[in-house]
Amino acid sequence: MARRKKQLPETTAIIELDNVTKVYQTGSPALNGVSISIERGEFVFIVGDSGSGKSTLIKLLLRELTATSGTVRVMGTDLARLRHRKIPKFRRNLGVVFQDFRLLKDRNVYENVAFAQRIVETPNYEIKKNVPSILATVGLAGKYKAKPKQLSGGEQQRVALARALVNNPTILLADEPTGNLDPKNSWEIMKLLEEINDMGTTVVVVTHNREIVNAMQKRVITMKKGVVVSDEEMGVYIDEED
Amino acid sequence: MKKINTFFYCIGQGIKSIFRNKLFSLASIATIAACLFLFGLFYSIVMNFQHIVKTAEEGVSVTVFFNEGTSEERMREIESIINERDEVRETNFVSADEAWESFRGIYLEGYEDGFTENPIPNSANIEIYLSDVSLQSSLVTYLESIPDVRTVRRSEVTATTLTGVNVLIGYVSIGIIGILLAVSIFLISNTVTIGISVRKEEISIMKYVGATDFFVRSPFVIEGMLIGLVGALIPLGIIKFLYEYLIAYIAERFTAISGLLNFLSTQEIFKDLVPVSLGIGVGIGFLGSITTVRKHLRV
Repeated sequence: MARRKKQLPETTAIIELDNVTKVYQTGSPALNGVSISIERGEFVFIVGDSGSGKSTLIKLLLRELTATSGTVRVMGTDLARLRHRKIPKFRRNLGVVFQDFRLLKDRNVYENVAFAQRIVETPNYEIKKNVPSILATVGLAGKYKAKPKQLSGGEQQRVALARALVNNPTILLADEPTGNLDPKNSWEIMKLLEEINDMGTTVVVVTHNREIVNAMQKRVITMKKGVVVSDEEMGVYIDEED
Repeated sequence: MKKINTFFYCIGQGIKSIFRNKLFSLASIATIAACLFLFGLFYSIVMNFQHIVKTAEEGVSVTVFFNEGTSEERMREIESIINERDEVRETNFVSADEAWESFRGIYLEGYEDGFTENPIPNSANIEIYLSDVSLQSSLVTYLESIPDVRTVRRSEVTATTLTGVNVLIGYVSIGIIGILLAVSIFLISNTVTIGISVRKEEISIMKYVGATDFFVRSPFVIEGMLIGLVGALIPLGIIKFLYEYLIAYIAERFTAISGLLNFLSTQEIFKDLVPVSLGIGVGIGFLGSITTVRKHLRV
């Protein structure tokens, strides 16, 4: 994978949550005093059952939500101070992959990936070089004309991954990337994520997939009811009853 | 250069989007076209009605006759004084000889040889055409107060009826055009809103990838404006065709009344109808899309 590493200023943590609490208008806190620090180039799993606060965490990192209290810093930016009009530029440094792929259904594979480049005003001649290259990287070289509904779940997730990577992001956030995939496709996606991480991109994966978490021997942050209950290097998936 | 690329990309996406969402585009165009067709149809009818009444008004005149012995100079002087009044559109001085000539031509054709002198020497008069027929009674009061004026002839019933009809048409047309406009605006903006709301996922994807509000909004706005433009052009075309056909048909089939029915030309009708229809179509397409997309931009 011939991808260029981004030169970032030397900071201690690329993602930093300091005593973060998020309370929705109704109900108990989705996150309660969470503190996490992720270094540049790390590969981190965030695991936990439904309602543990994983999705809220991803939304905070994307600046879709703001914390009720505490500080969320991503690439040195305090997200609470980020103005609405600055959010798009901030998000261009993040690649995002979702469980339900979130592809533009009426556009083909090429256009879905090229879209991310058009947003950052990449010239057409560069888009024509970059998109086929990234599609080849994720194993979809021959499928650039296909519409999302003509692809399998695994292929759609690869397109989403290609879109997330084409702008060479600093951080890749994957929210249940294997949630809709069979074991074979799940492993292939995880291998791709590992390769991306090897290129220097910080990868944060929210997942339920015990087998993958246990096999990959990465840092695992376990959440339960809005609180971090465990944070271990080369960790394993901890069950609720454990 | 980058900005120009983005600009053309947004326009291209707006156009492509119309074809990608064929059903929504067709529904929106049909709604806009139906609303604006009704609006245009009623507008054409009302404008012609007003025009016909106005033409009838222009034919209403007041005639002033003078006391015996009033000189023609004095009559001309009175005519010029009357002519300066606001309610007067036009005056026409008819001398006693001209009046007799006209009378003879109409009523005594073949028998006029028995008259050697003008038998109606006091028939010199001034025909006065009004700019606004509702001002007839105030003008008559004024005319009757002028020394040397013997009598003033006018048709009170015609003037009152025309004034009444004109006022009625004015109120009814304002009411109906207002209702049609309100219904059109409501229906069109609703269609645009629904069409965009079903694509809110598309908007959220764009936002997650890092698109600016402008980048997300532009194709929708262009799409909305184009739909509005097409939706406005279709009824204008249909109305133009129908209008010209109907005028020709009436003129050909109803020759007896075609002299009474003085229709406005297509150009006169379209002079205001085209900008208003295009304004409503394109304007609502623009405003509807911009406000609806804004609701979904907070991602």
